[in-house]
Amino acid sequence: MNWLKQLLSRRRLRGELSEEIQAHLDQKVEELVGDGMSKEEAMRAARREFGNLGLIEEDSREVWRWPSVEDFLLDIRYGLRGLRHNPVFTTVALLTIAIGIAANAAVFSVVNSVVLKPLGYPKSEELVALHQIAPGAEGLADFERGLLLSPSMYFTYSDHNRTFQSLGVWVAGTANVTGLAEPEQVRTVYVSDGVLQTFGAPPAVGRWFSQDDQVPNGPERAMLSYGYWQRRFGGDRAVIGRNITVDSRPKEIVGVMPPGFRFVDADFDVTTPLAFDRGKVILAGFGYHGIARLKPGATIAEANADLTRMLPIWMDSWSNGPVNNSHIYEQWRITPMIRPLKQEVIGNVGELLWVVMGTIGVVMLIACANVTNLLLVRVETRQQELAVRTALGAGWMRLVRGLLVESVMLGVIGGVAGVGLAYAGVRFLVAIGPSNLPRLNEIAIDARTLAFTFALSVLSGLLFGLIPAVKYARPRAGWALQSLGRTISASRERLRARNLLVVGQVAMALVLLMSAGLMIRTFAALRKVDPGFAEPRHLQVMRISIPDSLIPKAEQVTRTQNAIVDKLAAIQGVESVGFASEMAMEGFDYNWDQIYAEDKVYADNTIPPLRLYKYISPGFLQTAGTRLVAGREMTWSEVYGLQPVVMVSENLARELWGTPSAAIGKRLRENLMMPWHEVVGVIQDVREKAVQDTAPEIIYWPALMKSPWGPKLPSAVRTVTFAIRSERAGTESFLNQVRSAVWSVNSNLPLASVRTMQEVYDKSVARTSFTLVMLGIAGAMALALGIIGIYGVMSYTVSQRKREIGIRLALGAQGGDVLQMVLRQGTKLVLLGVAIGIGAALGLTRLMVNLLFGVTAHDPVTFAAVAVLLVLVALLACYVPARRAMLVDPIVALRYE
Amino acid sequence: MKKTAQRDLFPGALEMMILRILKRQPLHGYALLQQIKRTSRDLLQIEEGSLYPVLQRLLKAELVKAEWSVSSTNRRVRIYKLTAAGARHLEREVSSFEGMLEGITRVLAPEES
Repeated sequence: MNWLKQLLSRRRLRGELSEEIQAHLDQKVEELVGDGMSKEEAMRAARREFGNLGLIEEDSREVWRWPSVEDFLLDIRYGLRGLRHNPVFTTVALLTIAIGIAANAAVFSVVNSVVLKPLGYPKSEELVALHQIAPGAEGLADFERGLLLSPSMYFTYSDHNRTFQSLGVWVAGTANVTGLAEPEQVRTVYVSDGVLQTFGAPPAVGRWFSQDDQVPNGPERAMLSYGYWQRRFGGDRAVIGRNITVDSRPKEIVGVMPPGFRFVDADFDVTTPLAFDRGKVILAGFGYHGIARLKPGATIAEANADLTRMLPIWMDSWSNGPVNNSHIYEQWRITPMIRPLKQEVIGNVGELLWVVMGTIGVVMLIACANVTNLLLVRVETRQQELAVRTALGAGWMRLVRGLLVESVMLGVIGGVAGVGLAYAGVRFLVAIGPSNLPRLNEIAIDARTLAFTFALSVLSGLLFGLIPAVKYARPRAGWALQSLGRTISASRERLRARNLLVVGQVAMALVLLMSAGLMIRTFAALRKVDPGFAEPRHLQVMRISIPDSLIPKAEQVTRTQNAIVDKLAAIQGVESVGFASEMAMEGFDYNWDQIYAEDKVYADNTIPPLRLYKYISPGFLQTAGTRLVAGREMTWSEVYGLQPVVMVSENLARELWGTPSAAIGKRLRENLMMPWHEVVGVIQDVREKAVQDTAPEIIYWPALMKSPWGPKLPSAVRTVTFAIRSERAGTESFLNQVRSAVWSVNSNLPLASVRTMQEVYDKSVARTSFTLVMLGIAGAMALALGIIGIYGVMSYTVSQRKREIGIRLALGAQGGDVLQMVLRQGTKLVLLGVAIGIGAALGLTRLMVNLLFGVTAHDPVTFAAVAVLLVLVALLACYVPARRAMLVDPIVALRYE
Repeated sequence: MKKTAQRDLFPGALEMMILRILKRQPLHGYALLQQIKRTSRDLLQIEEGSLYPVLQRLLKAELVKAEWSVSSTNRRVRIYKLTAAGARHLEREVSSFEGMLEGITRVLAPEES
């Protein structure tokens, strides 16, 4: 630490040195006076013989200096002074940088929080999702989640695996909690043994579920989320051991999960054990998400191989009942595709975020180009100063460093301001971000974001400082001194850098506008799609669940739902009411199963394609605005009479029988134990999952029907979405009436997911609209910065050529000629930029192909429109300075010097 | 070159002389200068102040160390002392200087016939 001591003791050393030199002089004077000299004479002589006092002191101190650091500090002081003396330049440059950096920092913080940061579980890199696909299972194959696990799979994997420390299955749902304040529908997660152990996050209070809690028909237990515990119990630790009534069953609270804990991507309020009954599970029941923790050192490939090895064991160990061959699942070609848990959580958002990050990065480049332009102007006006410094002996490295320090300082100051703006930016992003953006609650500006911002500030400072520094700090003092005040020479060379910048800016702006244009086209295409429901703004939806602990009898469930329909229909302004097991795009899990048509022949040991099942009430289609293509709707009397009727979607009717009308009267069933159901109606295709996803084939069953499995008891769909068609949808007074209507039927029924269908639709296209807004902002910024850049360069060119233009005009050139000349020069640059930009866009827009819908990445309409727009706007930016050139007064211009 | 007798010292010469004198006894700056002048019988022209940057360099390189003390004339002065490293450095410098001197002397010597 010697150097540190030296650095710190520098001030003391200075004092000592002065004292020592003073002592020297005093002794000398004393001696000379002793020799007979007068005091004044002696002092003069001592000084003379000592030499240049100041220089010697300086040289002595120089020994202790830390030259690079001190020069650097000096450069910073010079730089700050320079920036202070040019407030306009400094403000414009800082603003440009600050906005650019703020946008980048904000987007980076989202990318960092969502994509880069590890998940918030201990040793989260070991966590995997037991994802598997089944290409042989039609209908399931295009289902994003692939084939979920069945309870029997869970038992097999859990018993026989060699690559996992622990594994478990879970599924999210909803439940009614009563006995607290109002009845409330809460988000629940049901977990098997092994799930909590796999996540490894210790409970905040109490304990995890143990194996004893997973005993079928054993004592019932529950755990709470931290948020729910705070909200409903005020964070009271005494809740442990108390009961909570979930779906009318008391469950003992054994623990509270830590704050922020989520099951993969699922927020929850209450979690309860699944408690599978080993004796009763069958092969099927593919409804559970699998999660596992790899053994240390085990790879995903090994784990995949492990699962593949266990699939035959699974088929040998369980069955679907006596009639089924347990190896029929071989034709599904079940293939494990284990994914890191992080990938499962992020899904395809990572790609979207990187596209946004990339575009914002390009905006930063354009901003840097603008600042470079500003710096070029500034350094040009400082040429005399630089020349003088060179003439006085400053090395060009020193000058380059000075200029770079100044530009880096601009970058860093801009960055600091940018961080402030970024906090606001992040809040904005979170607000406009898709509400289903994973890890939304984790988004924050952290140390890594700050480091990124700092690096970005310094880098951009270097980037926009480098060109002016290298260009002007070259040793050519003589030349610069000579040409002081003369502005006619070398302007071409000076302009080359600026012209290049303009071309680059135009090209980059074009790429960004292109991607924004493609998103606009995508959005327009999405709006044109008929989603299978009409006027979503006037369609109120809400979720009501009737647990069997509240109303055990199936028919009574349907009658209750029917009563609610009637009460709702009586509200003033309601056109019609109906319900279905789920509305399109609501994002709830669907039922899938096979379907057999009476007039088709099925080979033995094969499973027909899986179809999506929905259960609907009479009146639902009319309410939702879903068209009936052929036949008729089911009636209430058919529902209560348990008549074997069914409806199908248009695409399924076409697939099975060619035309919708041919489907009427045909018969279907789910399995051999079920009676044939007659197709009474064909329904238009509905975009169930999302607007951009193709409509699935759907079977519409009555809300109440004989159970297709086991004893033929009536079975009702207990959790349904009510749809209400009314102009008053979404208003508070309307919702109050809706609530009291429901509670007049049964006051124990909570209303959940109350929204208009428009909100459901908007959420479904949130990803696209988010991308649209982000790319739109980036494109607008690029356009604005690009225009400023072009305008700046053209204005500068005109001012540089004022004399030349004056001569031209004096020699008889017309104003129009001058205008044309300047415009031609601008056009050349812009067209070159556009050409390069189109080339780059052809390559780059391909990266966003997954974000597009109904438009190709090379959509010629977009390309043409954007190119024309950019050229027009750019020409306008050239026109203003060109006009100024035209109005140059030759006399004034020539007198200028 | 006005006076042939007063040519500049070559780099490192002053440094070497300081070390050599300090080897004999610790001294303060002014005494050091007197010593050089006396010993060289005023043949060497040394700007008095030029001593100090050299002393600072030697201090920084830790070839000498300094202590505040009171001189015989009752003045607060800084006494410089040779360190072990300084002694070693001096030896190396002297031997390399002697080599150089010998080389120069040989070249300058009248041609042997």
